[in-house]
Amino acid sequence: MINHIDVSSMLRKSVCELYSNLVTRPTGAAVRCEIEQELDRIGDRALTVIDFSHVGLLDFSCADEIVAKLLLQYVSTDAPRREVYFVFRGISESHMEAIEAVLERHKLALVTQHADGGTRLLGIIGLEERRAWEIISQLGAGAVADVAEATGLSRDAAERMLDTLWRRRLLIRYDDGYVAVGSATTRSEPQRLDA
Amino acid sequence: MTTIINVPHSLEDKSFEQVLEQVAPLPLDEKIIVDTRHARWASPYGLTALLALAQSRAERPILYVPEADNVSSYWSRMDFFKHAAELYEIQGRVKSAKATETSVLLEVTSISKSDDVHEVVDKIQQRAQDALVKNLNLDAKITMRFTMALSEVCQNIVEHAGRGGWVAVQTYTWRVRLGGRKVVVIAVADPGIGFRKSLESAPGFQRKDRWDDGQALEETVMRGASRFRDPGRGQGLAGVRRFVGNWDGKLSIRSGTARIAVLPKGDWDEDEPLLEDLPYFPGAQVQITIPERVA
Repeated sequence: MINHIDVSSMLRKSVCELYSNLVTRPTGAAVRCEIEQELDRIGDRALTVIDFSHVGLLDFSCADEIVAKLLLQYVSTDAPRREVYFVFRGISESHMEAIEAVLERHKLALVTQHADGGTRLLGIIGLEERRAWEIISQLGAGAVADVAEATGLSRDAAERMLDTLWRRRLLIRYDDGYVAVGSATTRSEPQRLDA
Repeated sequence: MTTIINVPHSLEDKSFEQVLEQVAPLPLDEKIIVDTRHARWASPYGLTALLALAQSRAERPILYVPEADNVSSYWSRMDFFKHAAELYEIQGRVKSAKATETSVLLEVTSISKSDDVHEVVDKIQQRAQDALVKNLNLDAKITMRFTMALSEVCQNIVEHAGRGGWVAVQTYTWRVRLGGRKVVVIAVADPGIGFRKSLESAPGFQRKDRWDDGQALEETVMRGASRFRDPGRGQGLAGVRRFVGNWDGKLSIRSGTARIAVLPKGDWDEDEPLLEDLPYFPGAQVQITIPERVA
């Protein structure tokens, strides 16, 4: 299932009813803890929209606490804690500066979704990996053979690349294929997460 | 023994050094009188630094207030006397504030905890848009980034100073420099442990061959060093540096006996990138200056 977490609500719930700006590290840590509690309720396998639409200001400390530290817990090329995927919505131009800085600092990447439903990758990701993600995203869903054919990579290399993208939680793996995180939120594929 | 500290007519970041030259040699418990009677003007830096100066003294100092009514009134408008009354014995007649002063974006405000930063950010957002976009002809994009920079420099007090400090924001017109252009200035001052001691408190810190306040400022401001091992730390000042760079602004940070400056690309300021062997003043004093955009 797709879950929706409104970051502004988390701020008001965890720190202060009157605040609309995500500033200071203690605030960021409190909001992240609130989000993690929500995720614990959701289960081990889920797609979650993290929505910044109602957030005014996001400073570097809060971006580090909320975005980077959240991703670091759930995204790992070695042993991801749980199979949780994130789509970040409502990221404004002013939020972007702080988010890009922390993604760069921690060598992370995420999927952001615009108001028109279009998605794109933000952060640190190789050119070939980005190309593979875009191929899957354009196809809606794809298999190793699709990426190998479109990129000219060997099947083994394409498989390794898709596996890495899955471990980074930028692709959702199902059966023998993959769905790009983000495209899944506007189509029916996320239902497979409950399978 | 009591020593009178003469405050220059125009009190800003550079002329405040004259105050520190008089104060630095004195024992902390020596009574001082800070004489601002002849002051004609003070920048946000000057006002916040005067408060930090009082905090740094073991013996409560005396403050002679400015004699000029318009100066006294303006300092009242900036809430300077409200805070000074808790730190100084105030002597002289304090004029009440005129309510019509519009150049004040943020009165002198105490910062000691995370909630204070939230309040500053909320307050400045309401006022910054008009001041920055209409009065200084800056692109609307600056408002959020300006507020971010303000938030980050305030957080430095909460996270690193070890005691409370002060922030103030004001717009004004430079009479000489910049050919009369307007500027907006953020000033933040605290009398805390300063950059060098903050870095020295890092786990496993090892002193380099050359290690002093200037080196500590370079490590922190130019290379993003932090006392925390967490690699996510140290991004705030890097962000402030990018912000001033993007808006042809200037960032200067004084700590201990040194001052570092990130200078504008334009030619409106001819400051030194690093000044050392200054008179000692505890904590950190930060100033961000963004000039009006001209066609």
